[in-house]
Amino acid sequence: MATEFHNLQELRHSASLANKVFIQRDYSEGTTCRFQTKFPSELDSRIERTLFEDTVKTLNNYYAEAEKIGGQSYLEGCLACTTAYIIFLCMETRYEKVLKKIGRYIQEQNEKIYAPRGLLITDPIERGMRVIEISIYEDRASSGSSSGSSSTSGTSAR
Amino acid sequence: TCNGHSYIMKNCEYQQIDARALGTPASSFQPCTEMKVPRLRRKWEVFPGKNRFYCDGRIILARQSGILPLTLGLIVVTSVLFFAFDCPFLVTHLTVCIPVIGGVLFLFVVISLLQTSLTDPGILPRALPDEAADIEKQIYTSGSSMYRPPPRTKEILINQQVVKLKYCFTCKMFRPPRTSHCSLCDNCVERFDHHCPWVGNCVGKRNYRFFYSFIVSLSFHTSFIFGCVVTHLTLRSQGGNGLVQAVQESPLVICFFSIWSVLGLSGFHTYLVASNLTTNEDIKGSWSSKRGAEDSGNPYTYNSIFINCCATLCGPMPPSLIDRRGFLPPDDIPPVAAADLELSSFLAKNDTNMVGMPSSGHTS
Repeated sequence: MATEFHNLQELRHSASLANKVFIQRDYSEGTTCRFQTKFPSELDSRIERTLFEDTVKTLNNYYAEAEKIGGQSYLEGCLACTTAYIIFLCMETRYEKVLKKIGRYIQEQNEKIYAPRGLLITDPIERGMRVIEISIYEDRASSGSSSGSSSTSGTSAR
Repeated sequence: TCNGHSYIMKNCEYQQIDARALGTPASSFQPCTEMKVPRLRRKWEVFPGKNRFYCDGRIILARQSGILPLTLGLIVVTSVLFFAFDCPFLVTHLTVCIPVIGGVLFLFVVISLLQTSLTDPGILPRALPDEAADIEKQIYTSGSSMYRPPPRTKEILINQQVVKLKYCFTCKMFRPPRTSHCSLCDNCVERFDHHCPWVGNCVGKRNYRFFYSFIVSLSFHTSFIFGCVVTHLTLRSQGGNGLVQAVQESPLVICFFSIWSVLGLSGFHTYLVASNLTTNEDIKGSWSSKRGAEDSGNPYTYNSIFINCCATLCGPMPPSLIDRRGFLPPDDIPPVAAADLELSSFLAKNDTNMVGMPSSGHTS
């Protein structure tokens, strides 16, 4: 976490928060956690479309892995049931393990790709898994008035 | 953590300069001349819903515990009477397994009950002001807001079926599918089943399996006690003292009256689990085919009883989204700071104009 703060402090000294973009959830396949891969127009000038889509697709894959119902999750569930679910108090569930992986992935993406472009991704778990919040920073030196009026990102999930 | 500490130190100097310049003391402003580290508060202390927290946020309860004490009391009293009066007789006349089985069932029932009551059912945290403003912007631009208020529902496709999402005015967001707002707890709960007064908590995505194991094990437990007491009374040759006999037979009476409702509830929830429905959806008839058309079926079902059961009861355990024990950012942090601290909600609550960063981008 120390590196992230270091980047942020640099951002803070030389940049200011201009706008935030929210990537909404994609419910087309049910209630499992997926985010829309539609590229928001506010990021048009800040980052390449492919990089952004890669990030969101990787996140979607991580969440799918966490919520996968299959052999291992049944085993975990049945074992927990026989112990009256007390085992949840002692053991880290698979979901929590994947969430930690996601946290590290987002931190790595921020350091390598997003912070150099003046962007910052917030882990969805801190927003109730509802949105991926991307903060856009502007250089204070430039006469940056925030470009935040076109709001076509994620109105409908198709 | 030392990171939080460095923030406080940095921002203290910052604040001091601006306060002297503007001469406006903020109500939550901490004078840095004392060099006192303010106590970091945890998020459960500012939680907006009607919940109570114990053990520094580890345990969560609804505001009204309902009749949870009554439920616990009935179970414990009935079981104790059973162990005290029926077990000695049955151990000598039948087998020693009886108190063992009874004990195991009793433990299962109590543990499931406590886990249902004390677990976060799947509460969704409320939208922060930035997110709420973004959603509002989308509503107003997508609807004609000239002569009538914009629609507060959103239609989406789930597995090729149209589902309407409603906007929650309290939580300021569009509710995800299968989410409902509980008025007793004042929270949006994911996969909301119902608010159970017996358990004193909502039953939702995270504690449904505990609730189900509670009612199933309770059915077994009451049936077991009922059977044992009936066996005891039929095997016993002579009747005893009237009062003692009445006390000995009270488990029988309690079990007799509760067995029908508990068994019925277990059966109903077994049906819900097998068809991947919630009580909420079943009562409202959301997916009942009114016109007999195939396009109004349940979009969440896996069309297999086995897979539905496994998905609901043995699926992965989702984490709690409300992060009760996380720390709030310290009071005196300026608006422009790390974007991934939940800053905006904290500022909105304090409702002070923090010492002026000229280009603060917050809309609220």
